[in-house]
Amino acid sequence: MTLRTPNGGPAQPARRRFVQGLAAGGAVAGLGLWPRASYALQGAGLPSVLSGTQFDLSIGETPMNFTGRTRTAITVNGSLPAPLLRWREGTTVDLRVSNALPMHSVHGHETSIHWHGILLPANMDGVPGISFDGIHRGETYAYRFDVKQSGTYWYHSHSAYQEQVGLYGPLIIDPIEPAPFAFDRDYVVMLTDWTDLDPAALFARLKKMPGYDNYYKRTLGDFMRDARRDGLAETIEDRKLWGAMRMTPTDLADVNANTYTYLLNGTTSLGNWTGLFRSGEKVRLRFINGASMTYFDVRIPGLKMTVVAADGQYVHPVTVDEFRIATAETFDVIVEPSGQDAFTIFAQDMGRTGYVSGTLAVREGLRAPVPAVEARQILSMADMGHGAAAHDMAGMDMAGMDHAAMGHAAMGHAMPAAQHHPASESHNPFVDMQAASPTPKLDDPGIGLRDNGRTVLTYSMLRSVFDDPDGRDPGRDIELHLTGHMERFTWGFNGQKFSQAEPLRFNYGERLRIVLVNDTMMTHPIHLHGMWSDLEDADGNFHVRKHTIDMPPGSRRSYRVRADALGGWAYHCHLLFHMEAGMMREVRVDE
Amino acid sequence: MKRLALALLCCVALDAMAQDHSHHMMPMPMPAPTTGEQPKTPIPALTDADRAAAKPPMADHPEHDNAIQSFVQFNRLEGFDGGLEWQGQAWIGTDTDKLWLRSEGERIDERTEAADLEVLYGKPIARWWDLVAGVRHDFKPGASQDWAAIGVTGTTPYKIELEATAYIGASGRTAARIEAEYEALLTNRLILQPLVELNLNGKDDPARHVGAGLSTAEAGLRLRYEVTRQFAPYIGVVYERAFGDTADLRHDASDTRVVAGFRIWF
Repeated sequence: MTLRTPNGGPAQPARRRFVQGLAAGGAVAGLGLWPRASYALQGAGLPSVLSGTQFDLSIGETPMNFTGRTRTAITVNGSLPAPLLRWREGTTVDLRVSNALPMHSVHGHETSIHWHGILLPANMDGVPGISFDGIHRGETYAYRFDVKQSGTYWYHSHSAYQEQVGLYGPLIIDPIEPAPFAFDRDYVVMLTDWTDLDPAALFARLKKMPGYDNYYKRTLGDFMRDARRDGLAETIEDRKLWGAMRMTPTDLADVNANTYTYLLNGTTSLGNWTGLFRSGEKVRLRFINGASMTYFDVRIPGLKMTVVAADGQYVHPVTVDEFRIATAETFDVIVEPSGQDAFTIFAQDMGRTGYVSGTLAVREGLRAPVPAVEARQILSMADMGHGAAAHDMAGMDMAGMDHAAMGHAAMGHAMPAAQHHPASESHNPFVDMQAASPTPKLDDPGIGLRDNGRTVLTYSMLRSVFDDPDGRDPGRDIELHLTGHMERFTWGFNGQKFSQAEPLRFNYGERLRIVLVNDTMMTHPIHLHGMWSDLEDADGNFHVRKHTIDMPPGSRRSYRVRADALGGWAYHCHLLFHMEAGMMREVRVDE
Repeated sequence: MKRLALALLCCVALDAMAQDHSHHMMPMPMPAPTTGEQPKTPIPALTDADRAAAKPPMADHPEHDNAIQSFVQFNRLEGFDGGLEWQGQAWIGTDTDKLWLRSEGERIDERTEAADLEVLYGKPIARWWDLVAGVRHDFKPGASQDWAAIGVTGTTPYKIELEATAYIGASGRTAARIEAEYEALLTNRLILQPLVELNLNGKDDPARHVGAGLSTAEAGLRLRYEVTRQFAPYIGVVYERAFGDTADLRHDASDTRVVAGFRIWF
């Protein structure tokens, strides 16, 4: 196994920063787990890097301290995030992943690694029970596959809640052909969420009281303020709308900074991960959202960011001030810092309850001002996909609708059309609402990012640099509705949980269209394993190739899938607790 | 689901038709049958290695989506001048099947005046409603008695938590209990909780000081502070009143008391 710094990466010793991190309560393996010699060889603030084609990865427990309390993380080779894996397109990689979890680990006896967004044979995908049997204690699983793509990806456990306790790491694949853009330095910025709680206890808590973390519900004081501002009648009308739906407009995320400590490359804001630059250099930042439940809004005050890749695939460069990164997405951006010695990388959560920051600086130890977390936003009826039909929502039964007429009204007409819903959603106690008039919302930056004076990335700005690589029109459509119940904390597709539903069947070689309709009030990043998700624009044309499609509430989006991967594949919401609560399907591609 | 199944069926049928035109023996047509176009990037021909890699694993996917969860809550655990009162509930089970326990009671001057325990099976029946059915045992007042119970629990529009249960006991006795509570947020931690509980009886039961019709009503207003979500001390005022025959059977037809207690759950 060889170790080296990434292209253009700095080669400063890391020990000094490491000790700072310890003092700051950052991402430090506690209890005498000092860095091995190899760690110090890595660039400042970078996770340990493993590159080549042969990898030995050992999954075990490591004490970590991010909050002042030591907790047990699940780690790869003792590191959180797991080591940065650097592959090369066109090679064959061998990854021996061994399970070194101790007896009686609270995180189970089985583990797995899923290579997120990577095209590979089904039995290499790493989903216990769908692609393989999992890796049991003391066992080693030999992953071996050809690397057919390049770009920024990540990897994580697909076993129980291990992703929440640290089993995630960045994955970078160097292309055969040079990138169509220049850069002098290259850093990974991996954003994650950490909790001192046992994630099984956190899941149980969500089942008992889903609104536990929502300390932002509207109060009597808010009512009086709104009444003064908007008038009493309008305020009462607004409260009636939400009250009739039994929904809470401040319900933006199930778990927020009241529970989570956000990490950037495995360190807290206090730990201040720093990437070095020289003035005028082009710095490539590979943002990876490896969080279990958190969407981040990212900006670097004072710098424009040019987005050059999304989910590992090149896009036509687009320059923005800010972007929202859904859980499991990756964005590569180029920045050209100059004019000041330090810039803050600022990632606030979508619900505006907390943030994590790091620094780009000309030398270690510098900091730039850290912006305040912005004002919290509340959901509007339009955010919920209700538009003018809001009044009818609470008990709407669409059984009488003409399904045939609605059938393919889909492909995202700008004018919201009445939406039909699968029969399995009707009279279903686990479906608490249905979107009346969902739209693609591709040019909507999302709640909290509209009209904020900055240029914010939207899906409509992301365009693949290549044409649809398949070129065929989809042979059939599969429409799936994202459903859930806020108070019961149940999640599913079409009102059915994973355990209740049969696998979706694809035919090998076919080109099909998946149409997703979000019938919930939450946003869901939907990830299909093993195959690309080619997002379409509002007119049904190929737009951008991704592995994770974000679905804001009230949205209806469609994408093409080419079923060129035989076998069983997981298909799920990448919010960990939504997946565990049932928002998952198996896709089977058969001959 | 039916529609999806139908769509899949149609697809399979189309596949089968397309297969007829196929000159080779591929079990499934390539490319997809409905378009007949060739993909720009060819679909790789399958190898035995691909087929071997696509075999489903032996172990099933571990499912957490119907795991057993549990919840215990003392909504009221309070003292007042000369007595104390409790009202609590617990459930254990999955999303679809739950066992509920409920209990409420009152001790005055260190004597248990009233105490009951309900054991119920609960099932979600509508978006915001669960059906519960089971038994209730009254330890007090008077000699113990048992009831069969059936009711609903859920959330009304405007987020009023409602429990309504009907009871059938021995010798044709019937009763009903309706409890409604609301949470008014003064702040996100300081919460005013109005509560109304109505008890109805089908028959006179003089031994237990209960008359037919609406027997008692209780209205409470409690102000709690959530130190944590799990632990919230409160103070409140409770007004209780007996009606009709029940009032005639009691010394005091109404009672107002100041209470202090806490709400906990785990």
